[in-house]
Amino acid sequence: MRYESPTTVEAAVTLLANEAGKAHILAGGTDLLVRLRSGFIEPDLIVDLKRIDALKSITMESDGLRVGAAVPSAMLNEHADAVAGWPGVCEAAILIGSTQVQGRATISGNLCNASPAADSVPAMVAARAIARISGPQGMRDVPVEEIATGPGKTSLAKGEFVDSILLPKRAPGTSDAYLRFIPRTEMDIAVVGVGICVTVDKTGTCTAARVALGAVAAKILVVEAAAQALIGTKGDEAALNALAAACSAAATPIDDKRGTVAFRKEIAGTLAKRAAKIALSRAEKNL
Amino acid sequence: MPLDRDPADRTYKVVGHRHNRPDGIDKVTGRAKFGADLAAPGLLHGRILRSPHAHARIKSIDTSKALALEGVKAIVTAADFPDHPQVLEDGELTNIRYNVMAREKALYDGHAVAAVAASNPRIAAKALKLIEVDYEVLPHVVDVELAMKDDAPILHDHIRTEGMEDAPDCPTNVAERIELGYGDVEAGFAEADVVIERQFRTGAAHQGYIEPHACLANISGDGSGDLWCCTQGQFMVRDVCAQLNGMDVSKLRVTPSEIGGGFGGKTTVFIEPVAVALSRKAGKPVKIVMNRGEVFRATGPTASSAIWVKMGCKRDGTITAAQAELKYQGGAFPGSPVSMGAMTAFACYQPKTLKAIGWDVVTNRPKQAAYRAPGAPMAAFAVESIVEELAHTIGMDPVDFRLKNAATSGSKSAYGPTYSDIGLVETLEAVKAHPNYAIKLGPNQGRGVASGFWFNFGGQTAVTLNLNIDGTVALSVGTPDIGGSRASMCAMAAEELGIPYHHVQTIIADTGSLGFNDVTDGSRVTFASGLATIEAARNAAKVLCERAAKIWGIPADAVTWENGCAVPAGPNAGEFPPMTIKELAKKAGETGGPIAGHFEVSADGAGPSFATHLVDAEVDRETGRITILRYLIVQDAGKAVSPAYVEGQMQGGAVQGIGWALNEEYIYNDKGVMENPGFLDYRVPVASDLPMIDTQIVEVPNPGHPYGVRGVGETSIVPPLGAVANAVAAAVGARPEELPMSPPRLLKLMKEQAQPLAAE
Ligand SMILES: Cc1cc2nc3c(=O)[nH]c(=O)nc-3n(C[C@H](O)[C@H](O)[C@H](O)COP(=O)(O)OP(=O)(O)OC[C@H]3O[C@@H](n4cnc5c(N)ncnc54)[C@H](O)[C@@H]3O)c2cc1C
Repeated sequence: MRYESPTTVEAAVTLLANEAGKAHILAGGTDLLVRLRSGFIEPDLIVDLKRIDALKSITMESDGLRVGAAVPSAMLNEHADAVAGWPGVCEAAILIGSTQVQGRATISGNLCNASPAADSVPAMVAARAIARISGPQGMRDVPVEEIATGPGKTSLAKGEFVDSILLPKRAPGTSDAYLRFIPRTEMDIAVVGVGICVTVDKTGTCTAARVALGAVAAKILVVEAAAQALIGTKGDEAALNALAAACSAAATPIDDKRGTVAFRKEIAGTLAKRAAKIALSRAEKNL
Repeated sequence: MPLDRDPADRTYKVVGHRHNRPDGIDKVTGRAKFGADLAAPGLLHGRILRSPHAHARIKSIDTSKALALEGVKAIVTAADFPDHPQVLEDGELTNIRYNVMAREKALYDGHAVAAVAASNPRIAAKALKLIEVDYEVLPHVVDVELAMKDDAPILHDHIRTEGMEDAPDCPTNVAERIELGYGDVEAGFAEADVVIERQFRTGAAHQGYIEPHACLANISGDGSGDLWCCTQGQFMVRDVCAQLNGMDVSKLRVTPSEIGGGFGGKTTVFIEPVAVALSRKAGKPVKIVMNRGEVFRATGPTASSAIWVKMGCKRDGTITAAQAELKYQGGAFPGSPVSMGAMTAFACYQPKTLKAIGWDVVTNRPKQAAYRAPGAPMAAFAVESIVEELAHTIGMDPVDFRLKNAATSGSKSAYGPTYSDIGLVETLEAVKAHPNYAIKLGPNQGRGVASGFWFNFGGQTAVTLNLNIDGTVALSVGTPDIGGSRASMCAMAAEELGIPYHHVQTIIADTGSLGFNDVTDGSRVTFASGLATIEAARNAAKVLCERAAKIWGIPADAVTWENGCAVPAGPNAGEFPPMTIKELAKKAGETGGPIAGHFEVSADGAGPSFATHLVDAEVDRETGRITILRYLIVQDAGKAVSPAYVEGQMQGGAVQGIGWALNEEYIYNDKGVMENPGFLDYRVPVASDLPMIDTQIVEVPNPGHPYGVRGVGETSIVPPLGAVANAVAAAVGARPEELPMSPPRLLKLMKEQAQPLAAE
């Protein structure tokens, strides 16, 4: 097994593209090293992204905030613009593991690990985040929900990796929230996760909404019916109940050690309601 | 051994004060050597191949491909643990042999079937994949009640139900029936104004020690050797490993490492006899370190249970009848702690009539190992739930109800013997007087109380104390320190000899250096090793007095030991200035040689410990998630030699009990394979889950110990299951009958039964 730590994106692409065996990206390593140690993967090449300066920064661009693939979630949560503009994404990222884990874990790694229970991903999906992919063919931008194709599987081609994630600029009156359910307070995997992003007008009426559910299907679910339940309302009890019902109906979880089907469906609705309330009240403050 | 004098009158200089523990710095700086920390020249790495099936006949094992792999030095299977007579005549030893290496059948997911020693861990892992085991998969059973059914898959053909006169002579999974009690419970129920009965269930909880099992065996060409391992009992390890490998006990020396938690789970062997066999076969040192998955799948959790309890009381609170039927499965071999469950179930009370029946059942799960007050927490959960409900039903304060029925000093215990001085009443009164008992609760919050009992144990103990040249002391004990006991030994030796705490160094001796000691269990160490330490110190003081007498030229009995000095016993003895321990140590060579004291005993009079816990919990009614808001423990320590570590024991037990109550359990799939063999899904509480656990030590001296010490390590895990369940029941208006009260279970319970918001 070889370990490489290139200093440019191009060098990383070349290493990945030229490797005949199994190549893995190492960002924070909080998933990769665990899998390596427990014998789930036996890579021939590991390419560490943390020496690539270009991937270590958070920058405000004209169309939004760009978060490099080597930025740990702790750093994201110390970035004032990120926390002010995308509180839902940030609160999802800061749920990952524990203080120690957050010093390493990246949201790109969370995305590319392709776990249906990844915490920051429903929040990013709700925020319509865009992943920038570098590869042998150059650069391409794709919505984050197109990265994972199933548990542990991604749409990335050989030699490609995510070099950054763009959190698109928001219209006035827009904000987001993320909630997850775990039986403990930390160091756990989401039984259900809900990311919601909403826009409200001056009357407090919701004009746009996007609702994403984690851990209740093989992939992150975007629940259009839940968004529709909110749009045109002020988030009254009837609207929230319709939102909850839509989320419960959309969820297709499995019975497993983390929860039953009935429990997960119900909690998807319960959390969606709670997250929507938070997102709406944040959005009103952004008018 | 009687109390010296009324301990209340005694003022202690060292005992009862707070000292830094001698192992503290090394543990926090990483210098301490745990089971996996030893290396040896030429070291080989052992790995164990484990059954992927819950129940399967092993038709054949072909190791030839693995043996042919470069770097593989030895492979052992059951054939390497043949029928030595000393094994066959001991049923438990035979079971242990079967457990450490499967013989005809693999009896649970994770059961060891073969082991490899190779020059590095990667080769060892590769070799495991090359071992070909031909399994015939058999039907399995993991549930205690299903295992008791007539048509259940049978684990062992030879098991017949012991303790049952009319037991049919055919194979069964029910290994034993026990019964205890007194009086006529039917008459007791007839006398009662209120009778409540319920059926409860508890999951299997693992001890969850942070340090996985690890050992290094080094057997030389002459058949003798060393074993280094993390264990709660080096003598037990030596004796079992030697016997399973057909060695004389004198051929094996076992040195216990520092131990990263045991909680009872390290009172037996798993990998140690296998490492010895591999090392002997390879002629090289062999190290085996379990990973967490192996710890969960193949070491002992405690029993899971199904418990029915029925109790009746009069309007004035008097419990007239108490009845229980307890079914415990202890994994693939007989020996679940059901008898202790039955004995402890009602031990806090004095019901007028009592009947308890226990069933010990085998299932396709790992062999259970002791876990902190084995068998008691689940029984207490069931009984304390009913006790709380009885109190509420007759409109009596739950603490008053317990006080009305409490076991008291000199009362006859529910399981037979008469109690000496005990402190249950004191703990209940302290809870009642505590400010937590009066705090007003908010919506969705509930308060629960529960009491608990544990017998405690004494056991075989040997201690040796040696005086160093500078008057400091080297103390050797044989009971591994799993809770700060070295600090307490230092304190007791220092107290007796009249020297400072830090002048005593306590080590846990290897098996070659000290007489036999039972394992560290039964909360026995501060009591039994402490008692032996005190007596060893007194014996050393006697020698010191003799030496001073010799120097002074007066009779030995004319000298006494006071404040770290030999002094003339009275005016008639003559006038000599006190001679310090330091001076006597320096002159030891001229006055008769090394100065030492030792003591060997089968310690009796351990003295039970009682505790009462008080907990406030809040329930999220929409998700079933429980938050522990406040937690108070009051427990009788007899005499707290090291108050900080007594509090640590109390808090630790409570945390483990809370985990058992809320989320911890073995989850099996339909193939009998454990689904959650890791800390991600076997959910012990994390620090942020819990509030500060408040503690209050009560001291009712134990007449069986010179200072009044009674063990405190186990009682603390007995009340939490019931206390938390009672708090949750109060918060939601429905009674949890199944542990853990995981959110899906609690949400379901609330839907089915809960009354609308219990407004306080
Ligand atoms: C103790 C602990 C607790 C955890 N708790 C949580 C939790 O609460 N919530 C949660 O969602 N997760 C949790 N995780 C999982 C993990 O921390 C997160 O998924 C984290 O975001 C992964 O990021 P990373 O940078 O460490 O990824 P890495 O481990 O470096 O990589 C993860 C995977 O993605 C690939 N990869 C990484 N970066 C890229 C990239 N830029 N382009 C292409 N592929 C890439 C890697 O090859 C690897 O396969 C926990 C992990 C641990 C060890």
